Order: sequence, then structure tokens, then C-alpha cells
Amino acid sequence: MNWQLLPQMIATGLLAGGPLALMALGLVLIFKSSYIFNFAHGQLLLLGALITWWLAVPRGLPLWLAILLALVGVAGLGLLIERLALRPMTGQPLLSIILMTLGLGQVLHGLALLLFGGAQRNFPQLFAVANPYRITLPFLINGNPAVIILKQNLVWSFIIAILGVIVIGAFFRFTHTGLAMRGASEDHELAQSIGLRIHRIFGLSWALAGVVATVSGVLLATSSGLDLSLSVTVLAAFPVVLLGGLESIPGTVVGGLLVGLSQGLVSASKVQLVRNAAEIMPYIVLLLVLLIRPEGLFGQKRIERI
Amino acid sequence: MAVLRPAGEFDTSYAYDMATIRRRWQWAVLFAFLAALYLLPLYASQGLVALVNRIAIAIIAVQGLNLLTGYTGQISLGQAAFMTTGGYISALLVNRLDWPFYFSLPAAALGAGVIGLLFGLPSLRVKGFYLAMATLAAQFIIPWFVRNAYKDILNGAQGINVRAPVLFGLEFNNPQRYLYLSLTVLVVTTIVAHNIARSRLGRAFVAIRDHDLAAELLGIDLFRYKLQAFFLAAVYAGLAGALAAHQIRHLNSETFNLIDSVTFLGMLVIGGLGSSLGPILGAIVVELLIEGATLIGPFFISVFPATAAGAVQALRPLFFGTTLMLFLIFEPRGLAHRWQIFKAAWRLRPFSY
Repeated sequence: MNWQLLPQMIATGLLAGGPLALMALGLVLIFKSSYIFNFAHGQLLLLGALITWWLAVPRGLPLWLAILLALVGVAGLGLLIERLALRPMTGQPLLSIILMTLGLGQVLHGLALLLFGGAQRNFPQLFAVANPYRITLPFLINGNPAVIILKQNLVWSFIIAILGVIVIGAFFRFTHTGLAMRGASEDHELAQSIGLRIHRIFGLSWALAGVVATVSGVLLATSSGLDLSLSVTVLAAFPVVLLGGLESIPGTVVGGLLVGLSQGLVSASKVQLVRNAAEIMPYIVLLLVLLIRPEGLFGQKRIERI
Repeated sequence: MAVLRPAGEFDTSYAYDMATIRRRWQWAVLFAFLAALYLLPLYASQGLVALVNRIAIAIIAVQGLNLLTGYTGQISLGQAAFMTTGGYISALLVNRLDWPFYFSLPAAALGAGVIGLLFGLPSLRVKGFYLAMATLAAQFIIPWFVRNAYKDILNGAQGINVRAPVLFGLEFNNPQRYLYLSLTVLVVTTIVAHNIARSRLGRAFVAIRDHDLAAELLGIDLFRYKLQAFFLAAVYAGLAGALAAHQIRHLNSETFNLIDSVTFLGMLVIGGLGSSLGPILGAIVVELLIEGATLIGPFFISVFPATAAGAVQALRPLFFGTTLMLFLIFEPRGLAHRWQIFKAAWRLRPFSY
């Protein structure tokens, strides 16, 4: 363990947990309302970031307007996806639904490539890149005061991500629509029989997921650039969802921070091989969670009957 | 659907009742078809032969996936990772230890199978989405291992060059020659898969797919059969991976990737889950679609020049994804089911039922 680097790596890891939590939130949103695990979330996120870029850079719109329009656009796309792709799958076996979202991901990937091309792009900066925050810790390591350097865009991404999770969590907890969504997720038929329009609820949750995806896409693009590999980043959020529990919104934050922290800890190792393991750390966490506690930290344990 | 037999044909013995190919003319058609395939290099272009090679290798991988996903109902997103495993094992045995190909191929299958067992372990506790994730983990951990561990042997991210296989003094170094190899493995593996599916093992698989708890109450050992299904799927992937690696002659951690795993699942659904005809039809259709996208690409660019060079890469996932989604909505039982309906209609002609 490289003690000199450890505080820095822990801080960076935790900060990376913010965007991870936001991505996980998009997955949990859809799972909570319709019991669908959305493998196409990464492509949704990519499209959100690409549309923002397209409006802001070649079209020259102000960035806030571009983001707003992209939010509306991707929310519309979410509605469309629910109507065209997922509604026919109601009542189909799990495998079909998983494959549907996988196929959807392929289609969205193809569309993104066709409309925007595969080049690496510079995304307009939301936050100042210069003068990162420096925090001096109140203890010494090897005789030197420990200093943590935090890039501004990472810090702000983290804050926005956590705020987003809190807002959506409050929406689920306190609003009438949120209550309806929670009801629909319990039992589709029962929800329908008490007068909830579950298709409208599913559509709404897909639109919301589109909004969340765009926000996380924009945040990721500002900190790590914009190209097609952005959609792969979401795969690191799957372990977060499982760790937190598939139905739990607070779980996304806890899971995100834990997965980010695990990556940070591994990055502080002195052994090259272990350091390189940072990229697969989420999946190792995932396998451990599946073997030890499959329902995650805050998920519901389902009991099966024949 | 009940099995419809033509009038005047009677099952006079058990063997005849169980036979897959029943009539003499069916044998004749089968052998004529196989002969046409084996003689393909004599009359077809190199491009077509290469395409048939690709299809054959894809069918082998999808047959394995069919045993796991189609019959046992366990979703796997890791088939390409097991192909990577098989490919590297065979390539290293041939390159480093000078093993002959007929030993390295079974070794690759076995090695991939063991790794498959390892990643199948979570299937004992989880299913559905969770299992998809567990196999997804294989898709990241195996390529990572290949990139980072034992760099002196595996050569990291650059990958390794693979020798062409030599069998009985003949070097299989071009698509025409390679066709004999891949077709032979394809025929053997398809026969084995078809017969596994209708043996005791296959019936246990189907029981687990239809209701795992009920199957367990009937006395089916879930632990044993689920792991056997994972093992078989990975063995098939290992064979396909080894064949593909020796054909491409180069292998790195991204040769078989997540997109391939998704494609195999798509082939399986488009062809039809739970039938040994399904993987064949599915692999052919999807490979032809991808080929079509490659052909249309240049034309597409000339009509929409704004899309530029990415168009060909864009059309492939677009074609594949759209087809997969349409099949899931309109024919979730796949082409094999369509073929059954067609055969039944033909037998009942001119009556509709």
C-alpha cells in the first residue's frame, strides 16, 4: 500500500462514486416502476451527452439552453422507447425483456454513430478546470503534511449527482406520482385495478430515466471527454445497483461510494498488477455481492413460492 | 405442437420413432447439402468461403449458448469471454509447446469449460438479471486478466499471433482449407448438442428452465445440472474460440468482446431458443445481416455523405438491433418455430388444419 497516495486515492474514489450513483439511479428508476433492468441506459446517456454537444458546439446555443433541450429530447426518446419497444413486452419472460433492452442498446449505439460519427470530441467545460481545490489534512505522512488535490469538475459532478439522487428520492417518497410509481412496481395488475394508469407511469419513469441519463452523460463528458466509449462507463454502475439493492434509491449513493472507494483503494497499491485492477474492481465487488448477499445492502429479499 | 407424421408412415420400431432423420430421401438431401458445403471451395469465391467459415464458428458458439440459455434458461452474457479463454489456450499450446492442433483443440474446450464452471457458480444462488450480471463480470475479468497478467506469455493488450493449425501434414492456412476444419467441428458439435438436448441431461435442463424449484422437488440436482450446462456452454465457446483464433491468426483481449456475446444471444433468439435448428438459422441470418450492412455501407455513404466513415460500423448494430427487437415483438419463438409451422402447413395441405 502506498500510504503517501492513500488519502488522495480515497478522496478521488469517493468523488467518482457520485456519477456512479447517478447512473445507478437511472437504472433503479426503471427497475422500481416496471421491473425491467435497462441494459440500454449507457446508450441513452451517450445520446444525451451527444445531443447536448451538438446543440452547444456546432449550433452555438448557450450551454444551459443546450442541456435543457437535450433533457427534453432524451425524455421524449424515453417515452418513445417505452411505447414502441417495452410495452409489447409486457408479460413476456425475463430473457426476452433483457434481450429487448440489449437490442435497444445496439440500435441506439448505431443511431449515435450514424448521426454523430465516432470521433473523440471536446465537450464544453461546465466548471473551471484551473486551480483545483487543495485540502491539507491535519496529520503528517512520512513527515510531510498530507494534501489532497481535488479537480473542480469532479467535486461539482459529485455534488450535482448527489443532489440529483436526493431530489429523485424525495420525488418517490413525497409526491403523488412517486407514490403511484412505487405502487405500480409492487404489482402491475393490482395497481391497474385501483385505477393507476400503469402505462403512463412506465412512460413517465422512462422519461425520468432519460433526464437522469442526460445529466450523468453531461457530467461524465465534462470530466472525461466525449466519445462512444461513454456508454461502456455505465457497465460500472451495474455493480453499484446490485450492491445497493435493485429497488433502493439511497442504496445507489451508498453503493456508488463503496464501489468508488474500492477503486480508489486499489489504485493506491504499490503493485502494478493490483493498481491495474481498478478497472475491474466493480465487477469483483459484483461477484462478491452475488455470492454473499444477492439482494444487495438495501434490496428486498424475494421469497419464491411454487 | 403435436408431431405431424405423413399418412402411411408408421413407427414400427423405437429407433425409428426417435430418429431425427427418418426417410431415405431426407438422408439424401442432408448428404447432398453437406457435400455442397464441403465442395464450396471448388466453386465459390474466397469471400463466400470466409463467410461460411464465420457462420460455422458462430453456430458452434451459439449451440453451446443454446444448451445453457435455450434449454436450461440461464442467461449468459459471457460466451465471448469463454471464446477468448479457449482461443488463448489453444494458441499458446500450439505456439509455445508445439502441441498438434488435434490435442490443443480439446484442451481449449476443456480449459474454457473449467473457467465457465467458475463463473457459473453464482447461478446456484441467483437467476435472471443477477445471473446476467454475474456472467457480464466474466466478460470484464477475463479480458482484463489477458491484458494484465503474465505479460511475457500473453503479451498484454497487443495480443499474440497465432500459428495456422497443421493436421496430418496439411497446413490450414487459407479460408478454403480452413473450411474443412470448421465444418467438421460444426457437424460433430451440432450432432452432440442435438443429442444432449434429448437425453436425460437435456430433459433435466428443460425441467430447470420451466420451473427450477419444481424441478428440484422432482429430485433434479440443480447444483449439478446448472453447472453442467455452464460447463457445456463454455466448452462449445472454447471450441469456437480456438477455431476462430487459428483462423484470424491473431488474438487479443478484444477479439471476442461484449458485443459478440450480445450478438450470440441475438442469434439464438432470432433462430429460436431450445431447438438445435435455431442456432443454425439464427447465425446464418445475423451473419448475412452484418454482411449486408457491410455491402450497403459504401452506397449509404454516397447517398448521405454527412454520415461519413462511421456509417458501416453504425449500420451493423442498427440492422442487428432492429431485427432482434422485431423478432422479440412479433416472433419470440424464432425462425425454428416458423419452420415448424411451415412444415405442418405443408403436410396438411390443402387443408388448413
